[in-house]
Amino acid sequence: MTAAQPIVEFRDVTKRYGDGPLVLTTLNLTVHRGDFISLIGPSGCGKSTLLKLIAGLNPPTTGELTVLGATPRAARDRQAFIFQDATLLPWLTVRKNAELLLRLRGEPEAGRRRKAAALLELVGLSHALDYYPRQLSGGMRMRVSIARALSVAPELLLLDEPFGALDEMSRFRLNEELLALRTRTPFSALFVTHSVAEAVFLSNRIVVMGAHPGRIAAEVSVDFGVVRTRELRAERGFQEKVNEVTRLLHGVEEHAV
Amino acid sequence: MKKPAGWMVWLLPVASGLCFAALWLGIKHLGGVSDWLLPTPWQILEAAAQERSRLLTAAGNTAVGALAGFSLAATSGLLLAMLIGASRVLRAAFYPWLLVLQMTPVIVLTPIIVLWAGPGFPGIVTITWLISFFPIVANTTQGLLSADHNHVGLFRMANASRWQELWHLRVPSAMPYYLAGLRIAATLAPIGAIFGEYMVGNASGGSGGLGFMVYVYNTQIKIPALFATALTSCLLGFIFVAAVSFLNWSVLHKWHDSFDRNDH
Repeated sequence: MTAAQPIVEFRDVTKRYGDGPLVLTTLNLTVHRGDFISLIGPSGCGKSTLLKLIAGLNPPTTGELTVLGATPRAARDRQAFIFQDATLLPWLTVRKNAELLLRLRGEPEAGRRRKAAALLELVGLSHALDYYPRQLSGGMRMRVSIARALSVAPELLLLDEPFGALDEMSRFRLNEELLALRTRTPFSALFVTHSVAEAVFLSNRIVVMGAHPGRIAAEVSVDFGVVRTRELRAERGFQEKVNEVTRLLHGVEEHAV
Repeated sequence: MKKPAGWMVWLLPVASGLCFAALWLGIKHLGGVSDWLLPTPWQILEAAAQERSRLLTAAGNTAVGALAGFSLAATSGLLLAMLIGASRVLRAAFYPWLLVLQMTPVIVLTPIIVLWAGPGFPGIVTITWLISFFPIVANTTQGLLSADHNHVGLFRMANASRWQELWHLRVPSAMPYYLAGLRIAATLAPIGAIFGEYMVGNASGGSGGLGFMVYVYNTQIKIPALFATALTSCLLGFIFVAAVSFLNWSVLHKWHDSFDRNDH
Protein backbone atom coordinates (compact mmCIF):
# COMPACT_ATOMS: atom_id res chain seq x y z
CA MET A 1 0.00 0.00 0.00
CA THR A 2 1.71 3.15 -1.16
CA ALA A 3 0.82 6.43 0.45
CA ALA A 4 0.21 8.15 -2.85
CA GLN A 5 -2.16 5.62 -4.41
CA PRO A 6 -5.13 7.62 -5.79
CA ILE A 7 -8.55 6.15 -5.00
CA VAL A 8 -10.78 8.97 -6.25
CA GLU A 9 -9.93 11.21 -9.18
CA PHE A 10 -12.06 14.10 -10.42
CA ARG A 11 -10.84 15.43 -13.77
CA ASP A 12 -12.59 18.63 -14.95
CA VAL A 13 -15.89 17.41 -13.58
CA THR A 14 -18.98 19.65 -13.81
CA LYS A 15 -22.48 18.90 -12.65
CA ARG A 16 -25.87 20.40 -13.28
CA TYR A 17 -29.28 18.89 -12.60
CA GLY A 18 -31.42 18.97 -15.74
CA ASP A 19 -31.57 22.51 -17.11
CA GLY A 20 -30.70 24.02 -13.74
CA PRO A 21 -27.65 26.17 -12.95
CA LEU A 22 -24.18 24.68 -12.59
CA VAL A 23 -23.85 23.01 -9.20
CA LEU A 24 -20.18 22.14 -9.57
CA THR A 25 -17.69 23.60 -12.02
CA THR A 26 -14.38 22.28 -13.35
CA LEU A 27 -13.60 20.23 -10.32
CA ASN A 28 -10.19 18.65 -9.99
CA LEU A 29 -9.49 16.63 -6.89
CA THR A 30 -7.48 13.53 -6.11
CA VAL A 31 -8.12 11.50 -2.98
CA HIS A 32 -5.26 9.23 -1.90
CA ARG A 33 -5.57 6.02 0.05
CA GLY A 34 -5.50 6.86 3.74
CA ASP A 35 -6.78 10.40 3.28
CA PHE A 36 -9.39 11.84 5.58
CA ILE A 37 -10.67 14.83 3.64
CA SER A 38 -13.21 17.28 5.02
CA LEU A 39 -15.30 19.32 2.62
CA ILE A 40 -16.41 22.62 4.08
CA GLY A 41 -18.16 25.62 2.58
CA PRO A 42 -21.33 27.71 2.51
CA SER A 43 -24.65 26.08 1.58
CA GLY A 44 -25.03 25.65 -2.14
CA CYS A 45 -21.34 24.93 -2.69
CA GLY A 46 -22.17 21.43 -3.93
CA LYS A 47 -20.35 19.44 -1.25
CA SER A 48 -23.19 16.93 -0.88
CA THR A 49 -23.45 16.69 -4.66
CA LEU A 50 -19.76 15.84 -4.78
CA LEU A 51 -20.35 12.89 -2.44
CA LYS A 52 -23.33 11.72 -4.47
CA LEU A 53 -21.20 11.71 -7.60
CA ILE A 54 -18.65 9.46 -5.93
CA ALA A 55 -21.41 7.22 -4.61
CA GLY A 56 -22.74 6.81 -8.14
CA LEU A 57 -26.15 8.15 -7.18
CA ASN A 58 -25.78 10.76 -9.94
CA PRO A 59 -23.50 10.86 -12.97
CA PRO A 60 -21.26 13.89 -13.66
CA THR A 61 -22.49 16.15 -16.48
CA THR A 62 -19.05 16.50 -18.05
CA GLY A 63 -15.54 15.41 -17.10
CA GLU A 64 -14.16 12.19 -15.78
CA LEU A 65 -14.55 10.58 -12.39
CA THR A 66 -12.72 7.44 -11.32
CA VAL A 67 -13.45 5.73 -8.02
CA LEU A 68 -11.23 2.87 -6.82
CA GLY A 69 -10.03 2.37 -10.36
CA ALA A 70 -13.53 1.95 -11.78
CA THR A 71 -16.72 3.87 -12.48
CA PRO A 72 -18.55 5.14 -9.39
CA ARG A 73 -21.35 2.60 -9.79
CA ALA A 74 -18.97 -0.29 -10.24
CA ALA A 75 -17.12 0.78 -7.08
CA ARG A 76 -20.24 0.81 -4.89
CA ASP A 77 -19.40 -2.50 -3.28
CA ARG A 78 -16.20 -1.06 -1.90
CA GLN A 79 -17.59 2.14 -0.40
CA ALA A 80 -20.20 3.04 2.18
CA PHE A 81 -22.29 6.14 2.77
CA ILE A 82 -23.27 7.69 6.09
CA PHE A 83 -26.16 10.10 5.78
CA GLN A 84 -27.04 13.23 7.74
CA ASP A 85 -29.90 11.27 9.20
CA ALA A 86 -28.99 7.89 10.68
CA THR A 87 -31.42 6.25 8.18
CA LEU A 88 -32.02 3.24 10.41
CA LEU A 89 -35.01 1.11 9.49
CA PRO A 90 -37.44 1.71 12.37
CA TRP A 91 -38.88 -1.81 12.27
CA LEU A 92 -35.50 -3.50 12.79
CA THR A 93 -33.62 -3.85 16.06
CA VAL A 94 -30.16 -2.34 16.49
CA ARG A 95 -28.60 -5.72 15.68
CA LYS A 96 -30.65 -6.24 12.52
CA ASN A 97 -30.00 -2.68 11.39
CA ALA A 98 -26.28 -3.17 11.74
CA GLU A 99 -26.56 -6.40 9.73
CA LEU A 100 -28.63 -4.86 6.93
CA LEU A 101 -25.91 -4.15 4.36
CA LEU A 102 -24.35 -7.59 4.86
CA ARG A 103 -27.77 -9.15 4.50
CA LEU A 104 -28.39 -7.32 1.23
CA ARG A 105 -25.08 -8.71 0.03
CA GLY A 106 -26.24 -12.22 0.79
CA GLU A 107 -23.80 -12.84 3.63
CA PRO A 108 -24.84 -15.95 5.63
CA GLU A 109 -26.46 -15.30 8.98
CA ALA A 110 -23.60 -16.51 11.18
CA GLY A 111 -21.09 -14.25 9.46
CA ARG A 112 -23.20 -11.14 9.51
CA ARG A 113 -24.14 -11.67 13.15
CA ARG A 114 -20.52 -11.94 14.16
CA LYS A 115 -19.37 -8.91 12.14
CA ALA A 116 -22.25 -6.68 13.23
CA ALA A 117 -21.86 -7.68 16.89
CA ALA A 118 -18.14 -6.90 16.80
CA LEU A 119 -18.73 -3.43 15.34
CA LEU A 120 -21.60 -2.68 17.69
CA GLU A 121 -19.25 -3.52 20.52
CA LEU A 122 -16.65 -1.12 19.11
CA VAL A 123 -19.19 1.72 19.07
CA GLY A 124 -20.31 0.85 22.60
CA LEU A 125 -23.75 -0.54 21.89
CA SER A 126 -23.41 -4.15 23.05
CA HIS A 127 -26.05 -3.50 25.69
CA ALA A 128 -28.59 -2.20 23.15
CA LEU A 129 -28.68 -5.00 20.55
CA ASP A 130 -32.41 -5.63 20.87
CA TYR A 131 -33.53 -2.01 21.09
CA TYR A 132 -35.50 -0.36 18.31
CA PRO A 133 -34.24 2.93 16.83
CA ARG A 134 -36.94 5.02 18.47
CA GLN A 135 -35.64 3.95 21.86
CA LEU A 136 -32.19 5.40 21.10
CA SER A 137 -30.74 8.89 21.38
CA GLY A 138 -29.50 10.70 18.28
CA GLY A 139 -25.89 9.85 19.11
CA MET A 140 -26.66 6.16 19.59
CA ARG A 141 -28.54 6.04 16.29
CA MET A 142 -25.55 7.53 14.53
CA ARG A 143 -23.30 4.93 16.14
CA VAL A 144 -25.50 2.17 14.72
CA SER A 145 -25.31 3.89 11.34
CA ILE A 146 -21.50 3.94 11.56
CA ALA A 147 -21.40 0.27 12.58
CA ARG A 148 -23.66 -0.60 9.65
CA ALA A 149 -21.44 1.28 7.19
CA LEU A 150 -18.22 -0.28 8.49
CA SER A 151 -19.72 -3.80 8.51
CA VAL A 152 -18.94 -4.15 4.81
CA ALA A 153 -15.30 -3.14 5.39
CA PRO A 154 -15.42 -0.23 2.93
CA GLU A 155 -12.21 1.15 1.48
CA LEU A 156 -13.88 4.53 1.14
CA LEU A 157 -16.35 6.04 3.55
CA LEU A 158 -18.52 8.97 2.45
CA LEU A 159 -20.04 10.99 5.29
CA ASP A 160 -22.60 13.72 4.64
CA GLU A 161 -22.74 15.91 7.77
CA PRO A 162 -23.31 12.89 9.99
CA PHE A 163 -22.99 14.71 13.30
CA GLY A 164 -24.73 17.96 12.33
CA ALA A 165 -27.83 17.28 14.41
CA LEU A 166 -25.97 16.29 17.59
CA ASP A 167 -25.07 18.42 20.59
CA GLU A 168 -21.43 19.47 20.84
CA MET A 169 -20.39 16.95 23.51
CA SER A 170 -21.82 14.00 21.55
CA ARG A 171 -20.20 15.36 18.42
CA PHE A 172 -16.79 15.55 20.11
CA ARG A 173 -17.10 11.99 21.38
CA LEU A 174 -18.19 10.63 18.03
CA ASN A 175 -15.31 12.44 16.32
CA GLU A 176 -12.88 10.71 18.68
CA GLU A 177 -14.59 7.34 18.20
CA LEU A 178 -14.54 7.69 14.43
CA LEU A 179 -10.78 8.25 14.47
CA ALA A 180 -10.32 5.33 16.85
CA LEU A 181 -12.30 3.11 14.49
CA ARG A 182 -9.91 3.97 11.67
CA THR A 183 -7.05 2.36 13.53
CA ARG A 184 -9.05 -0.91 13.68
CA THR A 185 -10.60 -0.93 10.23
CA PRO A 186 -8.59 1.40 7.99
CA PHE A 187 -10.71 3.40 5.57
CA SER A 188 -10.26 6.58 3.59
CA ALA A 189 -12.94 9.17 4.13
CA LEU A 190 -14.65 12.16 2.55
CA PHE A 191 -16.46 14.09 5.21
CA VAL A 192 -18.90 16.94 4.63
CA THR A 193 -19.29 19.27 7.60
CA HIS A 194 -20.22 22.80 8.63
CA SER A 195 -17.98 22.73 11.67
CA VAL A 196 -14.44 24.01 11.21
CA ALA A 197 -13.26 22.50 14.51
CA GLU A 198 -14.62 19.11 13.51
CA ALA A 199 -12.88 19.31 10.13
CA VAL A 200 -9.56 20.23 11.73
CA PHE A 201 -9.82 17.53 14.36
CA LEU A 202 -10.59 14.73 11.90
CA SER A 203 -8.80 15.46 8.65
CA ASN A 204 -5.38 15.47 7.11
CA ARG A 205 -6.76 17.62 4.26
CA ILE A 206 -9.49 20.24 4.34
CA VAL A 207 -11.06 21.33 1.08
CA VAL A 208 -12.71 24.76 1.31
CA MET A 209 -15.43 25.19 -1.28
CA GLY A 210 -17.14 28.25 -2.71
CA ALA A 211 -20.71 28.54 -3.96
CA HIS A 212 -22.65 29.57 -7.09
CA PRO A 213 -21.31 27.65 -8.84
CA GLY A 214 -19.75 25.15 -6.45
CA ARG A 215 -15.98 24.97 -6.77
CA ILE A 216 -12.84 24.28 -4.77
CA ALA A 217 -11.56 27.58 -3.36
CA ALA A 218 -8.62 26.40 -1.28
CA GLU A 219 -7.05 23.38 0.31
CA VAL A 220 -5.44 23.22 3.74
CA SER A 221 -3.34 20.33 4.97
CA VAL A 222 -3.49 19.39 8.63
CA ASP A 223 -0.42 17.65 10.02
CA PHE A 224 -1.35 16.45 13.47
CA GLY A 225 -0.55 12.83 12.68
CA VAL A 226 -2.88 9.88 12.56
CA VAL A 227 -3.38 9.29 16.29
CA ARG A 228 -5.28 12.21 17.80
CA THR A 229 -6.77 12.57 21.26
CA ARG A 230 -9.22 15.05 22.71
CA GLU A 231 -6.36 17.05 24.22
CA LEU A 232 -5.54 18.19 20.70
CA ARG A 233 -8.51 20.56 20.76
CA ALA A 234 -6.91 22.60 23.54
CA GLU A 235 -3.56 22.98 21.79
CA ARG A 236 -2.47 26.23 20.26
CA GLY A 237 -1.61 24.67 16.90
CA PHE A 238 -5.16 23.37 16.68
CA GLN A 239 -6.65 26.80 17.32
CA GLU A 240 -4.35 28.35 14.70
CA LYS A 241 -5.50 25.83 12.13
CA VAL A 242 -9.13 26.55 12.98
CA ASN A 243 -8.46 30.26 12.51
CA GLU A 244 -6.74 29.68 9.18
CA VAL A 245 -9.68 27.68 7.81
CA THR A 246 -12.19 30.16 9.23
CA ARG A 247 -10.43 33.03 7.46
CA LEU A 248 -10.55 31.11 4.18
CA LEU A 249 -14.26 30.46 4.69
CA HIS A 250 -14.91 34.15 5.33
CA GLY A 251 -13.08 34.95 2.11
CA VAL A 252 -15.30 32.54 0.19
CA GLU A 253 -18.48 33.94 1.70
CA GLU A 254 -17.53 37.56 0.98
CA HIS A 255 -17.04 36.67 -2.67
CA ALA A 256 -20.42 35.01 -2.71
CA VAL A 257 -22.18 38.19 -1.53
CA MET B 1 -54.30 18.58 20.69
CA LYS B 2 -54.95 18.28 24.41
CA LYS B 3 -56.28 14.92 25.50
CA PRO B 4 -59.53 14.86 27.48
CA ALA B 5 -59.12 14.01 31.17
CA GLY B 6 -59.65 10.39 32.30
CA TRP B 7 -63.08 10.89 33.84
CA MET B 8 -64.33 12.64 30.69
CA VAL B 9 -63.53 9.64 28.54
CA TRP B 10 -66.18 7.44 30.15
CA LEU B 11 -68.51 9.87 31.88
CA LEU B 12 -69.31 12.09 28.90
CA PRO B 13 -70.34 9.27 26.49
CA VAL B 14 -72.58 7.79 29.22
CA ALA B 15 -74.12 11.22 29.84
CA SER B 16 -74.76 11.88 26.15
CA GLY B 17 -76.20 8.37 25.79
CA LEU B 18 -78.63 9.03 28.64
CA CYS B 19 -79.61 12.35 27.05
CA PHE B 20 -80.26 10.55 23.79
CA ALA B 21 -82.44 7.91 25.54
CA ALA B 22 -84.37 10.68 27.30
CA LEU B 23 -84.94 12.43 23.98
CA TRP B 24 -86.11 9.13 22.47
CA LEU B 25 -88.61 8.45 25.25
CA GLY B 26 -89.70 12.10 25.26
CA ILE B 27 -90.54 12.07 21.57
CA LYS B 28 -92.28 8.73 21.92
CA HIS B 29 -94.50 9.65 24.89
CA LEU B 30 -95.15 13.33 24.18
CA GLY B 31 -95.73 12.66 20.49
CA GLY B 32 -97.73 9.50 21.20
CA VAL B 33 -95.70 7.44 18.71
CA SER B 34 -96.90 3.82 18.62
CA ASP B 35 -94.68 0.89 19.67
CA TRP B 36 -94.95 -0.36 16.14
CA LEU B 37 -93.18 2.68 14.70
CA LEU B 38 -90.76 3.34 17.54
CA PRO B 39 -90.33 0.78 20.31
CA THR B 40 -88.80 1.74 23.64
CA PRO B 41 -85.20 0.74 24.40
CA TRP B 42 -86.59 -1.83 26.86
CA GLN B 43 -88.73 -3.46 24.19
CA ILE B 44 -85.66 -3.72 21.98
CA LEU B 45 -83.62 -5.35 24.74
CA GLU B 46 -86.56 -7.67 25.41
CA ALA B 47 -86.71 -8.64 21.74
CA ALA B 48 -82.96 -9.20 21.74
CA ALA B 49 -83.31 -11.53 24.71
CA GLN B 50 -86.20 -13.41 23.12
CA GLU B 51 -84.50 -13.82 19.78
CA ARG B 52 -81.01 -14.31 21.18
CA SER B 53 -80.39 -17.84 19.94
CA ARG B 54 -81.53 -16.99 16.39
CA LEU B 55 -79.61 -13.72 16.43
CA LEU B 56 -76.43 -15.34 17.73
CA THR B 57 -76.59 -18.08 15.11
CA ALA B 58 -77.21 -15.45 12.46
CA ALA B 59 -74.32 -13.33 13.75
CA GLY B 60 -72.09 -16.41 13.60
CA ASN B 61 -73.09 -17.06 9.98
CA THR B 62 -72.50 -13.42 9.08
CA ALA B 63 -69.14 -13.48 10.83
CA VAL B 64 -68.05 -16.47 8.73
CA GLY B 65 -69.02 -14.73 5.49
CA ALA B 66 -67.48 -11.44 6.57
CA LEU B 67 -64.26 -13.12 7.69
CA ALA B 68 -63.98 -15.08 4.44
CA GLY B 69 -64.50 -11.95 2.31
CA PHE B 70 -62.19 -9.92 4.54
CA SER B 71 -59.38 -12.49 4.40
CA LEU B 72 -59.71 -12.72 0.66
CA ALA B 73 -59.52 -8.92 0.40
CA ALA B 74 -56.58 -8.72 2.83
CA THR B 75 -54.45 -11.16 0.81
CA SER B 76 -55.50 -10.19 -2.71
CA GLY B 77 -55.30 -6.49 -1.82
CA LEU B 78 -51.74 -6.83 -0.53
CA LEU B 79 -50.64 -8.85 -3.57
CA LEU B 80 -52.19 -6.46 -6.06
CA ALA B 81 -50.73 -3.44 -4.26
CA MET B 82 -47.29 -5.09 -4.37
CA LEU B 83 -47.64 -5.64 -8.10
CA ILE B 84 -48.66 -2.09 -8.91
CA GLY B 85 -46.33 -0.67 -6.26
CA ALA B 86 -43.35 -2.50 -7.71
CA SER B 87 -43.82 -1.59 -11.34
CA ARG B 88 -44.40 1.85 -12.76
CA VAL B 89 -45.80 0.31 -15.94
CA LEU B 90 -48.37 -1.83 -14.15
CA ARG B 91 -49.30 1.10 -11.93
CA ALA B 92 -49.91 3.41 -14.86
CA ALA B 93 -51.83 0.70 -16.69
CA PHE B 94 -54.15 -0.50 -13.93
CA TYR B 95 -54.49 2.05 -11.16
CA PRO B 96 -56.99 4.28 -13.03
CA TRP B 97 -59.19 1.27 -13.71
CA LEU B 98 -59.09 0.32 -10.07
CA LEU B 99 -60.41 3.76 -9.18
CA VAL B 100 -63.14 3.44 -11.81
CA LEU B 101 -64.12 0.08 -10.36
CA GLN B 102 -64.12 1.58 -6.88
CA MET B 103 -66.51 4.31 -8.00
CA THR B 104 -69.00 1.67 -9.12
CA PRO B 105 -71.53 1.03 -6.35
CA VAL B 106 -71.51 -2.66 -5.48
CA ILE B 107 -75.30 -2.59 -5.15
CA VAL B 108 -75.55 -2.10 -8.90
CA LEU B 109 -73.38 -5.16 -9.49
CA THR B 110 -75.33 -7.45 -7.17
CA PRO B 111 -77.43 -9.23 -9.85
CA ILE B 112 -74.31 -9.80 -11.93
CA ILE B 113 -72.42 -11.15 -8.92
CA VAL B 114 -75.26 -13.58 -8.17
CA LEU B 115 -75.27 -14.58 -11.81
CA TRP B 116 -71.52 -15.29 -11.80
CA ALA B 117 -70.70 -16.38 -8.27
CA GLY B 118 -74.03 -18.00 -7.56
CA PRO B 119 -76.47 -17.21 -4.75
CA GLY B 120 -75.81 -17.91 -1.10
CA PHE B 121 -72.35 -18.09 0.43
CA PRO B 122 -70.25 -17.52 -2.74
CA GLY B 123 -72.26 -14.41 -3.63
CA ILE B 124 -72.05 -13.09 -0.06
CA VAL B 125 -68.28 -13.58 0.08
CA THR B 126 -67.82 -11.95 -3.32
CA ILE B 127 -69.79 -8.87 -2.30
CA THR B 128 -67.87 -8.61 1.00
CA TRP B 129 -64.58 -8.99 -0.84
CA LEU B 130 -65.46 -6.30 -3.39
CA ILE B 131 -66.49 -3.83 -0.71
CA SER B 132 -63.45 -4.27 1.52
CA PHE B 133 -60.84 -4.71 -1.23
CA PHE B 134 -60.31 -1.13 -2.45
CA PRO B 135 -59.31 0.66 0.73
CA ILE B 136 -56.68 -2.04 1.26
CA VAL B 137 -55.24 -1.68 -2.25
CA ALA B 138 -55.32 2.11 -2.21
CA ASN B 139 -53.74 2.44 1.23
CA THR B 140 -51.09 -0.20 0.66
CA THR B 141 -50.07 1.19 -2.73
CA GLN B 142 -49.64 4.62 -1.17
CA GLY B 143 -47.59 3.05 1.62
CA LEU B 144 -45.32 1.21 -0.81
CA LEU B 145 -44.66 4.44 -2.68
CA SER B 146 -44.03 6.57 0.38
CA ALA B 147 -40.88 4.84 1.63
CA ASP B 148 -38.42 7.40 3.05
CA HIS B 149 -36.23 8.68 0.20
CA ASN B 150 -33.13 8.50 2.41
CA HIS B 151 -33.82 4.82 2.93
CA VAL B 152 -34.25 4.37 -0.81
CA GLY B 153 -30.86 6.08 -1.27
CA LEU B 154 -29.34 3.70 1.26
CA PHE B 155 -30.65 0.69 -0.66
CA ARG B 156 -29.47 2.08 -4.01
CA MET B 157 -26.03 2.71 -2.53
CA ALA B 158 -25.96 -0.86 -1.29
CA ASN B 159 -26.69 -2.12 -4.82
CA ALA B 160 -29.91 -3.70 -3.58
CA SER B 161 -32.01 -5.42 -6.22
CA ARG B 162 -35.55 -4.23 -6.87
CA TRP B 163 -36.87 -7.31 -5.16
CA GLN B 164 -34.73 -6.59 -2.07
CA GLU B 165 -35.90 -2.99 -2.06
CA LEU B 166 -39.51 -4.17 -2.21
CA TRP B 167 -39.19 -6.87 0.40
CA HIS B 168 -36.80 -5.30 2.90
CA LEU B 169 -37.83 -1.67 2.54
CA ARG B 170 -41.12 -0.94 0.81
CA VAL B 171 -43.28 -3.70 2.27
CA PRO B 172 -42.28 -2.98 5.91
CA SER B 173 -42.66 0.79 5.28
CA ALA B 174 -46.15 0.11 3.96
CA MET B 175 -47.21 -1.98 6.98
CA PRO B 176 -48.81 0.93 8.89
CA TYR B 177 -50.71 1.88 5.72
CA TYR B 178 -51.74 -1.69 5.06
CA LEU B 179 -53.04 -2.06 8.62
CA ALA B 180 -54.93 1.23 8.32
CA GLY B 181 -56.50 -0.19 5.14
CA LEU B 182 -57.40 -3.38 7.02
CA ARG B 183 -59.02 -1.27 9.72
CA ILE B 184 -61.28 0.43 7.18
CA ALA B 185 -61.96 -2.95 5.57
CA ALA B 186 -62.89 -4.38 8.99
CA THR B 187 -65.68 -1.84 9.32
CA LEU B 188 -66.84 -2.58 5.77
CA ALA B 189 -66.65 -6.39 5.76
CA PRO B 190 -69.59 -7.08 8.15
CA ILE B 191 -71.63 -4.42 6.34
CA GLY B 192 -70.81 -6.12 3.04
CA ALA B 193 -71.75 -9.54 4.39
CA ILE B 194 -75.05 -8.32 5.85
CA PHE B 195 -75.87 -6.47 2.66
CA GLY B 196 -74.98 -9.57 0.66
CA GLU B 197 -77.19 -11.77 2.83
CA TYR B 198 -80.03 -9.33 2.45
CA MET B 199 -79.63 -9.21 -1.34
CA VAL B 200 -78.79 -12.80 -2.25
CA GLY B 201 -80.33 -14.58 0.73
CA ASN B 202 -79.21 -18.01 1.76
CA ALA B 203 -80.12 -20.45 -0.95
CA SER B 204 -77.97 -23.06 0.80
CA GLY B 205 -80.98 -23.89 2.97
CA GLY B 206 -79.34 -23.58 6.40
CA SER B 207 -79.91 -20.79 8.87
CA GLY B 208 -79.27 -17.33 7.45
CA GLY B 209 -77.12 -14.48 8.61
CA LEU B 210 -78.10 -11.13 10.06
CA GLY B 211 -79.00 -9.74 6.65
CA PHE B 212 -81.41 -12.63 6.18
CA MET B 213 -82.91 -11.96 9.63
CA VAL B 214 -83.56 -8.37 8.55
CA TYR B 215 -85.57 -9.78 5.68
CA VAL B 216 -87.41 -12.26 7.93
CA TYR B 217 -88.25 -9.79 10.73
CA ASN B 218 -89.30 -7.22 8.17
CA THR B 219 -91.83 -9.56 6.57
CA GLN B 220 -93.06 -10.55 10.05
CA ILE B 221 -93.25 -6.85 10.98
CA LYS B 222 -91.19 -7.50 14.15
CA ILE B 223 -89.87 -3.99 14.53
CA PRO B 224 -88.19 -4.37 17.96
CA ALA B 225 -86.42 -7.46 16.58
CA LEU B 226 -85.18 -5.38 13.65
CA PHE B 227 -83.67 -2.91 16.10
CA ALA B 228 -82.16 -5.84 18.01
CA THR B 229 -80.63 -7.08 14.75
CA ALA B 230 -79.09 -3.65 14.23
CA LEU B 231 -77.65 -3.82 17.74
CA THR B 232 -76.19 -7.27 17.05
CA SER B 233 -74.69 -6.08 13.74
CA CYS B 234 -73.13 -3.18 15.57
CA LEU B 235 -71.55 -5.55 18.10
CA LEU B 236 -70.24 -7.77 15.31
CA GLY B 237 -68.67 -4.76 13.60
CA PHE B 238 -67.12 -3.72 16.87
CA ILE B 239 -65.53 -7.17 17.33
CA PHE B 240 -64.08 -7.00 13.80
CA VAL B 241 -62.56 -3.57 14.34
CA ALA B 242 -61.25 -4.55 17.77
CA ALA B 243 -59.56 -7.64 16.29
CA VAL B 244 -57.81 -5.59 13.59
CA SER B 245 -56.84 -2.93 16.14
CA PHE B 246 -55.22 -5.67 18.16
CA LEU B 247 -53.39 -6.94 15.07
CA ASN B 248 -52.28 -3.37 14.37
CA TRP B 249 -50.98 -3.01 17.90
CA SER B 250 -49.13 -6.33 17.93
CA VAL B 251 -47.36 -5.62 14.63
CA LEU B 252 -46.48 -1.97 15.23
CA HIS B 253 -46.22 -1.20 18.93
CA LYS B 254 -42.54 -2.11 19.22
CA TRP B 255 -41.25 0.22 16.57
CA HIS B 256 -43.85 2.61 15.26
CA ASP B 257 -44.04 6.18 16.55
CA SER B 258 -47.83 6.04 16.84
CA PHE B 259 -47.29 3.86 19.90
CA ASP B 260 -44.70 6.07 21.53
CA ARG B 261 -45.01 5.93 25.29
CA ASN B 262 -44.77 9.71 25.57
CA ASP B 263 -48.12 10.00 23.84
CA HIS B 264 -49.97 8.00 26.45
